[in-house]
Amino acid sequence: MTAFWCLVRRDLLLAFRRGGDSVNVMIFFLLTVTLFPFGVGPEQAILMRIAPGVIWVAALLAAMLSLDRLFRDDFEDGSLDLMILGPLPLEITVLAKCLAHWLTTGLPLVIVSPLLAVLLAMDGEGFATLIGTMLLGTPLLSLIGAIGAGLTVSLRGGGVLISLLVLPLYIPVLIFGVGAVDAAVYGLAARPHILIMAAMLIAALPLCSWASAAALRLSTE
Amino acid sequence: MGLACVRGGRWVFDSVDFAVAPGGALLLHGANGSGKTSLLRIIAGFLAPAEGQLTWNGHPFDDEDHEPARIAYVGHLDAVKRALSVAENLSFWADYYGAGQGDSENSVAEALDRLGIGHLAPVPARFLSAGQRRRLGLARLLAAPASLWLLDEPTVTLDEESIAIVEALIAEHRADGGMVMVATHAGMSIPEAGILTLGGPS
Repeated sequence: MTAFWCLVRRDLLLAFRRGGDSVNVMIFFLLTVTLFPFGVGPEQAILMRIAPGVIWVAALLAAMLSLDRLFRDDFEDGSLDLMILGPLPLEITVLAKCLAHWLTTGLPLVIVSPLLAVLLAMDGEGFATLIGTMLLGTPLLSLIGAIGAGLTVSLRGGGVLISLLVLPLYIPVLIFGVGAVDAAVYGLAARPHILIMAAMLIAALPLCSWASAAALRLSTE
Repeated sequence: MGLACVRGGRWVFDSVDFAVAPGGALLLHGANGSGKTSLLRIIAGFLAPAEGQLTWNGHPFDDEDHEPARIAYVGHLDAVKRALSVAENLSFWADYYGAGQGDSENSVAEALDRLGIGHLAPVPARFLSAGQRRRLGLARLLAAPASLWLLDEPTVTLDEESIAIVEALIAEHRADGGMVMVATHAGMSIPEAGILTLGGPS
């Protein structure tokens, strides 16, 4: 087993043992989306119109809930030092951490999102696109979030600061994620939006891991 | 030019020169804040020196054309995950550092036995005492071998019996040609060890 998969496996095991993080993210996602029919009223036409945006915004906020712990536990117990000293470049270590984070928080959001789309009476034409864009977008949330988590890992109360740092960077994901689903619902081409999201994901893999690793090196000095 | 370290705009030490030969040991002495931990963290690569350069077999540490230094670091924190068992904690580091090399399961069991915590292998780490956690951290030295050990106050929270085990481990490591640098306030018995006393900037 390579060091990369070894780290992913350990993080998944830790997430499974603790249990709380993934479940909290899912419940937050469900509750946030469920609040909208109470807030804007149960009219199907309105809910159908706002469904893609509501689901995506709730997903962004839910993904941020667990970002604070992405590196903090490893920083506080000294594991991060040993990872920096380990055989993997820190950038690859960041990717392993992001993959484990996505599997435990992003993937559950993708799985639950069709259920919420039904709840908001979203047009069936958009379901496949919603799942596709969530599959592309949620890893982006983990990767972009890793930059904020790396910058704030040594700060007390860094959770709020992560939100301020990361939310503006999430805007392009939101725009193209919602745009793709809207396009599919209204019979337009969703492909350009999806391709841009795929391009963002490909660019984020090296850029975000590099930026996050640099932030972590600063934090551990 | 010796090594120098600046932390928070303050010169912690400067003009520090030392060499450790295979089989050698270097004890770092000095008052609190004299830079023992900073020096170990510079050698581990966590900090960049303000001045000076570290070499390994005559080549810079970061020279990619030559075999890099294999370093094991035991700092103030034990890198123990409370949600994992003792064996799982050590297995992770053995696999992470040695990925695919040798039989990590056996080396983990042997390392735990050697540190006297073999009977705790299936116990969740959250139930360990501070001393047992320290021993688990030190077991990494055996489960994930490296040629240079950097030990920062390795005997803190350890009882006399455990300190004797650590001293024996260091002696065996040196006998195998390994090198050790130890920052400590405790009077550890490390025969023929060099002493580097840090006393702040000149």
